[in-house]
Amino acid sequence: MIEDLLREYLGVVVFLVLAIALGLVFILAAAVLAVRRPDPEKLSAYECGFNAFDDARMKFDIRFYLVSILFIIFDLEVAFLFPWAASFPTLSDVAFWSMMVFLAVLTIGFAYEWKKGALEWE
Amino acid sequence: MTVTAFAFYVFAISAIGAGILVVFSRNPVHSVLWLILAFISAAGLFVLMGAEFVAMLLLIVYIGAVAVLFLFVVMMLDVDFAELKASMAEYLPLGLLIGVVLLIELGLVFAHWNFAPEAAALRASPTPSPAEIANTQALGAVLYDQYVYLFEIAGLILLVAMVGAIVLTLRHRPDVKRQDVVAQMHRDPKAAVTLIDMKPGQEGRAHGFRGK
Repeated sequence: MIEDLLREYLGVVVFLVLAIALGLVFILAAAVLAVRRPDPEKLSAYECGFNAFDDARMKFDIRFYLVSILFIIFDLEVAFLFPWAASFPTLSDVAFWSMMVFLAVLTIGFAYEWKKGALEWE
Repeated sequence: MTVTAFAFYVFAISAIGAGILVVFSRNPVHSVLWLILAFISAAGLFVLMGAEFVAMLLLIVYIGAVAVLFLFVVMMLDVDFAELKASMAEYLPLGLLIGVVLLIELGLVFAHWNFAPEAAALRASPTPSPAEIANTQALGAVLYDQYVYLFEIAGLILLVAMVGAIVLTLRHRPDVKRQDVVAQMHRDPKAAVTLIDMKPGQEGRAHGFRGK
């Protein structure tokens, strides 16, 4: 039943609790134990040798965005591969070849972006 | 209260709390971080329902990819907080109106929605019990065979997204010097280097060499 499935997640729960506990320990230790001498200079933006020109928040190159979108697309492609691989022994021929067509379609896209140089950084 | 119920309440409360904080955080970057917590809690809820694959998909796609994308957008938007606050009053009536309309629609759905009694039997592929077959395998058994057209359409949509992203954002800067590997490999070494015989004591007067 579902309880058996959830029992497999016991390790994940242990990790989760440990991670939260460790995070809390660090935050609380910093709040309780650490020496505290507040100074506005400590919070100000530091640029070597001169006053900061402007805000740290600035527009940056659209290329980062392009790379992350392409990453998401291939991420989804891989996500589709998981159920296919998990049920591979029982797959029908149609199921096998439908994945091949799917991969071929995305390979066309990959060839296109390679040819366009979308993966290159200049 | 069983462990399962306890876990449900932990995940549900953290999902709702994180959702509220997404809306109320002053800093958009903090909003995105709370959104990630909401996604993680939702993944926990999916696991509790036995939908392992969807839960892991939520982790991989939503947290790994979409949250990063959101962070990019938030960082790129060049958020001006003073301006945001100034235009708040301007957008408030419209936002409230949309909110009220949405609330009425949700109320209507909750009041009038009910499943037809035969709906469960009419489904093409009813969900098998998690005890019989693993979630991921159950998906694989129907997705690539019975729903092959939808699957291929998903592939085409991904292709369109890829091409669209490239067409919209890619521009080559002509002033940037790039490495042309093929040209480098096909360069004739004999044409690139010239050996010049120099007699001892002779000042360099051969071409390309302009003395000391």
